[in-house]
Amino acid sequence: MAKQRAAVLGTGQTHHRSKRTDVSMPGLLREAVDRAMVDADVGWADIDAVVVGKAPDLFEGVMMPELFLADALGANGKPLLRVHTAGSVGGSTALVAASLVQSGVHRRVLTVAFEKQSESNAMWALSIRVPFTMPVGAGAGGYFAPHVRSYLRRSGAPEHVGAIVAAKDRRNGALNPHAHLRQSDITVESVQASQMLWDPIRYDETCPSSDGACAMVIGDERAGDDSPAPAWIQATAMRTEPTTFAGRDQVNPQAGKDAATELWRQAGITDPLYQVDTAEIYVPFSWFEPMWLENLGFAADGEGWKLTEAGETALTGRLPVNPSGGVLSSNPIGASGMLRFSEAAKQVMGRAGDYQVDGARTALGHAYGGGSQYFSMWLVGAAKPA
Amino acid sequence: MPEQPLSAPLDIGFDYTRSVGPVLGRFMTALAQRRVLGVRGSDGRVHVPPVEYDPGTAEPLDELVDVAAEGTIVSWSWVAEPLAGQPVQRPFAWALIRLDGADTALLHAVDTGGDPASVHTGQRVRIRWADKPVGHIRDIAYFVPITDPPADAAPTAPAPPAATSPDGDAGPVDTVITPVHLNYTHSASREESRYLRALADGRLLAQRCPACGKVYIPPRGACPTCGVPTTDEVELPDTGIVTTFCIVNVPFLGQRITPPYVGAYILLDGADIPFLHLVLGCEASEVRMGMRVRAAWTPREEWSTTLENIAHFEPTGEADAPYASYAHHL
Repeated sequence: MAKQRAAVLGTGQTHHRSKRTDVSMPGLLREAVDRAMVDADVGWADIDAVVVGKAPDLFEGVMMPELFLADALGANGKPLLRVHTAGSVGGSTALVAASLVQSGVHRRVLTVAFEKQSESNAMWALSIRVPFTMPVGAGAGGYFAPHVRSYLRRSGAPEHVGAIVAAKDRRNGALNPHAHLRQSDITVESVQASQMLWDPIRYDETCPSSDGACAMVIGDERAGDDSPAPAWIQATAMRTEPTTFAGRDQVNPQAGKDAATELWRQAGITDPLYQVDTAEIYVPFSWFEPMWLENLGFAADGEGWKLTEAGETALTGRLPVNPSGGVLSSNPIGASGMLRFSEAAKQVMGRAGDYQVDGARTALGHAYGGGSQYFSMWLVGAAKPA
Repeated sequence: MPEQPLSAPLDIGFDYTRSVGPVLGRFMTALAQRRVLGVRGSDGRVHVPPVEYDPGTAEPLDELVDVAAEGTIVSWSWVAEPLAGQPVQRPFAWALIRLDGADTALLHAVDTGGDPASVHTGQRVRIRWADKPVGHIRDIAYFVPITDPPADAAPTAPAPPAATSPDGDAGPVDTVITPVHLNYTHSASREESRYLRALADGRLLAQRCPACGKVYIPPRGACPTCGVPTTDEVELPDTGIVTTFCIVNVPFLGQRITPPYVGAYILLDGADIPFLHLVLGCEASEVRMGMRVRAAWTPREEWSTTLENIAHFEPTGEADAPYASYAHHL
């Protein structure tokens, strides 16, 4: 079934910080929304529907954002949907918004995702002790660290590769005025000297806890044609799998591989490393860069770290990964996926400022969530898809 | 008759903070001064409590105006048995109250001394302020009828935690605290309950999928890959290997084990899926992937229906399992 063409008309985001106590949650969202609407050159009358995403409810104790935020999102009298897929929610929210345009239902859809981590404690929320079990849970880092160890064993990657990712992303973040952490002086050595939190994950290889929001306006073909620099949606994919089952590959999950295969098929991409100009990949802990490079098909199994080590994922490399600084530089969890999608769009729109990848025509936005259960991704391009 | 599934309380709570922003911040600050503010909308209507964005135009609003501390009941509902934490701790009415000078109604409690016959739509009511206002909606303790108010003060729930202001008590409110407590009854499945009751006898009870033959512990009742019910029970030994692990060095709110500790995936001999548990009995730095371990049980008299009957796993001293033997469990 053919989809109708759709494009990102504009993007907006907050300046991500550890605490934004100067604004309410609706006020935080509106900063991103107002910027996206200015970027897209649209007014409220142009918006047909709104799709909102946020992190799991315990993270900030807000259960029905679609009710609470309707005024602030200009959604009264319009369709308003909430999407919920844990950490990947920003990505899947964007894809639901895109599907409302690709299906021909709406002409322009506003989509926004957010998190105000300062109002709660995600480590606490992720370590709720369920009766009858061992209380060994230790947040997201405690969940993912054993799987990072498995990757190290399986790939034989040298230990410093994780530090290379962290130093690169934080230095990229220093080029991004919206980034929470802007560490232009960070080095591989300083990352390696930082405290070991969840061995083998060090402090500097870990995402921060941020308050922030991200928004986009997605429009149909006519709206894209009228836009001076749209990011055309070339392909979209979402896949899910259970958190645990016998024989599950926790390092290289099948759902991620299947989503990537579908994405490349839709876009006619046969060699992603050469045909994609830049990628915004959800990397909350440094080692997920090489892990997802393999999962996405940019590198063969066990080879992702070689791209990182060779500098190919740096801003000047063959495939700059997370030129914006990525999740390692800003992590308002509910918004982090949408930030990846919108940063990919900004690259092909030529609006990425000091971290613009020269000549970026095709870019990947990627998000994952839960225990690597949810995967969502899109490929956007400067050219209208055939 | 099959045994009943086990259940246990799951109580969680957190004092969430809410930064209220400039509009609601002024509303909260005024409450601490025993004044009520509304916000004028784009159409001239006054919203109480204030809204930050106009419901019609979505434009930001910032024209705050004083309204009266008395008004009219628009509609109401009787609460015969107040719940813990509700503002009035004897039978009361939840009411939508339009304060004089406002165009929208505020939801709050009305105390009539416990008498449902003394509340009605159109009734005039006024605010009974809390003794010590702090900059919170609960500074309005409740409303009482202007005509024939109850003779005594209503019993009220404890005051909420104080709001915070960047400039101390005198400054504008920027953050309020909203405690949330959830009290669940967590029930185990029938299959998990059989496994837990076996644990209380010091036995490790798994189930095998009749289709793919994989052995699950804890048992699921259905195979997650084949989707078929699992009924064949298998008893497993308390020995196995560490497939992978991490060393937790970071302390956090709600943590039950003092760091540093090794959280490890333990694959019992004969099982096809690992579970998370602790490894002790050697230095954390000596724990290895493939290391052979055995359960260290708590004293038998302490056993109950929980995996905590195993205090931890510790090295057996046997040779490590070869990587190829467990690579597909990572």
